[in-house]
Amino acid sequence: MSTTAATSATPETTAPMSKPTPSRGQRFTGAAANYLDERTSISGAVKELGRKVFPDHWSFMLGEVALYSFVVILLTGTFLTFFYDPSMTEVEYEGSYVPLKGLEMSAAMASSLDLSFDIRGGLLMRQVHHWAALLFIAAIGLHMLRVFFTGAFRKPRELNWVIGFVLFILAMAEGFTGYSLPDDLLSGNGLRIIDGMVKAIPLIGTWISWLLFGGEFPGVDVIPRLFVLHILLLPAILIAALGAHLLLLIINKHTQFAGPGRTNDNVVGIPVMPAFAAKAGGFFFVVFGILMLMGAFFTINPIWNYGPYDPSPVSAGTQPDWYIGFADGALRLMPGFDIVFLGYTYAMGVLVPLMVLPVFLGLVMFYPFIEAWITGDKREHHIAERPRNAPVRTAIGAAGVTFYAVLWAAASSDLIATHFFVTIEGTIVTMRWLLFIGPVIAYFLTKRICLGLQKKDREIALHGFESGRIVRLPGGAYIEVHEQLDEYERWKLVSYLDYKPLMIRPDERGRITLAQRARAGLSSWFFEDRIAPVTSTELEREHSNH
Amino acid sequence: MSRTTSTTAKRGNSGRRHPLASVALILVGLITTGGAYAMFTSTAAAETTAVTQTMIEEGEKLFASNCATCHGLDVQGTEAGPSLYGVGAASVDFQVGTGRMPLAASGPQAEQKPVQFTQDQTDAMAAYVASLAPGPAIPSDEYLQGDGDATLGAELFRINCAMCHNVAGAGGALTEGKYAPSLDGVEPVHVYEAMVTGPQNMPVFNDLNISPQEKADIITYLKYLEDNPSPGGFDLGSLGPVSEGLFVWIFGLGAIVAVTVWIAAKSN
Repeated sequence: MSTTAATSATPETTAPMSKPTPSRGQRFTGAAANYLDERTSISGAVKELGRKVFPDHWSFMLGEVALYSFVVILLTGTFLTFFYDPSMTEVEYEGSYVPLKGLEMSAAMASSLDLSFDIRGGLLMRQVHHWAALLFIAAIGLHMLRVFFTGAFRKPRELNWVIGFVLFILAMAEGFTGYSLPDDLLSGNGLRIIDGMVKAIPLIGTWISWLLFGGEFPGVDVIPRLFVLHILLLPAILIAALGAHLLLLIINKHTQFAGPGRTNDNVVGIPVMPAFAAKAGGFFFVVFGILMLMGAFFTINPIWNYGPYDPSPVSAGTQPDWYIGFADGALRLMPGFDIVFLGYTYAMGVLVPLMVLPVFLGLVMFYPFIEAWITGDKREHHIAERPRNAPVRTAIGAAGVTFYAVLWAAASSDLIATHFFVTIEGTIVTMRWLLFIGPVIAYFLTKRICLGLQKKDREIALHGFESGRIVRLPGGAYIEVHEQLDEYERWKLVSYLDYKPLMIRPDERGRITLAQRARAGLSSWFFEDRIAPVTSTELEREHSNH
Repeated sequence: MSRTTSTTAKRGNSGRRHPLASVALILVGLITTGGAYAMFTSTAAAETTAVTQTMIEEGEKLFASNCATCHGLDVQGTEAGPSLYGVGAASVDFQVGTGRMPLAASGPQAEQKPVQFTQDQTDAMAAYVASLAPGPAIPSDEYLQGDGDATLGAELFRINCAMCHNVAGAGGALTEGKYAPSLDGVEPVHVYEAMVTGPQNMPVFNDLNISPQEKADIITYLKYLEDNPSPGGFDLGSLGPVSEGLFVWIFGLGAIVAVTVWIAAKSN
């Protein structure tokens, strides 16, 4: 493009084949690029990266949102470390917030208050940092849902799903450690809950708690330790995992939705250079801008209201940040009872959630392998499936989302009670039932809706859509004219993979193993109810009829 | 200093008022209105504290026609409402003055609603109930000014009040559909009276537990919260992480998803 511009600018335009003289800027760019390439051989990587293709569906940008939020977190977090003092030494607060003046508090809390009230731009940075953290994890969650529901975790991307899951857990750990750093009342209560959960672990719980807090809770060590985790260890692991995630993204390439010219062997979209890079850069600033607006206009984590941590007070409406809500909800929903065995007390109200949540998270993490084993599918998949075309997976996802959502909502049971004028006991009991019934309802409802949508797609592909045009036939009868889809539209409806339940076959020694039976059973659960895609024979027959 | 004199000279030359004239005028105005206000309020206070026989009789009539259905003609209480012996003038002033009494309907707890009586009528009923048996009196104005120690008040609030009313006084849930109401906009006198009488499910914080001066400090803190909006911008109801989480999902991520849809739509 710049070449043509240079040609028209030079006076020798009449000579058709004359080489354009590069401008000084171009010569400089060329020389600089050459200098770098001769020393680093970077041109290969630039060529590869510059030609990386991004599909142009909006849902492919959610991971980017997470990435950009993370950049904002790094920038604002660096600012915060300049002024934050990770120490639990007791000091007297002498800053400008009147209702805390003269109060004894930890240096961590005092410096967080100073950041909020006495350091220029500090409150904005604190709020942007916190909002960006909430957005980071929310964007990761939505990104994971997109990947799950379009089957983009299938071979060859299973490993990247696991890395992404690890990133999700790391982000939550980053969030929780950061949330605790101001040493305010709210986060102190959160730490107390963690302490209680750790202490509920049989045999080793108390030891671990003392190790973590450097003695009896809260001690004077935990804030500096969390600080080191928050700004050193966790970010280092997170950035390494993020690098691996992005590298695998480049190696595996993006998935894409089915469409004309979009096959399992190519990726159709915009190359990174130059348009996409410019757009992505612009999008980064849009995300940054939205976060700055949120930080500028909306209070988040008003530590000045919470006051310094003191083990005795607990405020009404004490909740963790949203991403830990599901764990808090699990604690709220679990009926409290203890088992005394061999002279030790086991607090089941804490232990059951401690056992159930890792199982749930484990299922999420290993889902790609579970599904691959059930389907027996060893092919590579680069076409993103429409959720309706994998009814059982979509239904499992909906059930999982419902399970998570009930736990999540349970964390705000007290606010639900006050804001919807219901009793808190009724809320808890309802949610206990919903936790078990909700996923089942969601499963069957989603599966039926998916099958219904598939039937509709099949109907439209075969018979066309109702055009709304009523025609009277010579005999006097009225019909509504069905119009056929064009080839491009129909392609989207008919091109999906058809799975059939696995058949049980004896192995080479003529035996049918238990694992095979289980697999066949699960496979028929997955694929028993299915709507076969429209075949070309069916299409031809249908069209010759009309 | 020199600048002041130079401007004085200039003003003097131009034949206008002395620059201190406006200051003096404001001072005079403030003194007169302030003095008048002080006189007026002190007389009002004197009036409320002076309980006369006519007030008690007036209160008795009001009580008989508005409260006796549930509390009994002799304040002895019925199945529908408790006895009011010894609840004191403070209790009547709180319950009637915040509109909680007369009760609109029985429920988990008495709801705050538009006040049904004038202050004079409320005072009369308070005087009547107080005349039957001793109880907590309506607090004197010195504790209601909001000029105490906000730091101590905030600490006392966090330790004694926040577990039900939330650290920012936004309110919270109790059992069986009961709740601790928001303290935003509640009159200092009602805050004080609530502490000494323990209305609905609230415990009594008597003067040995929290001294009158400490109650004044708590009122100071609440007044500080009311007078100073959140330094961080809109406070999202001061409800903590739940409203923050909802906000980031609905408005934060919502806005960003809208932008992604917009970007992708342009390229099609």
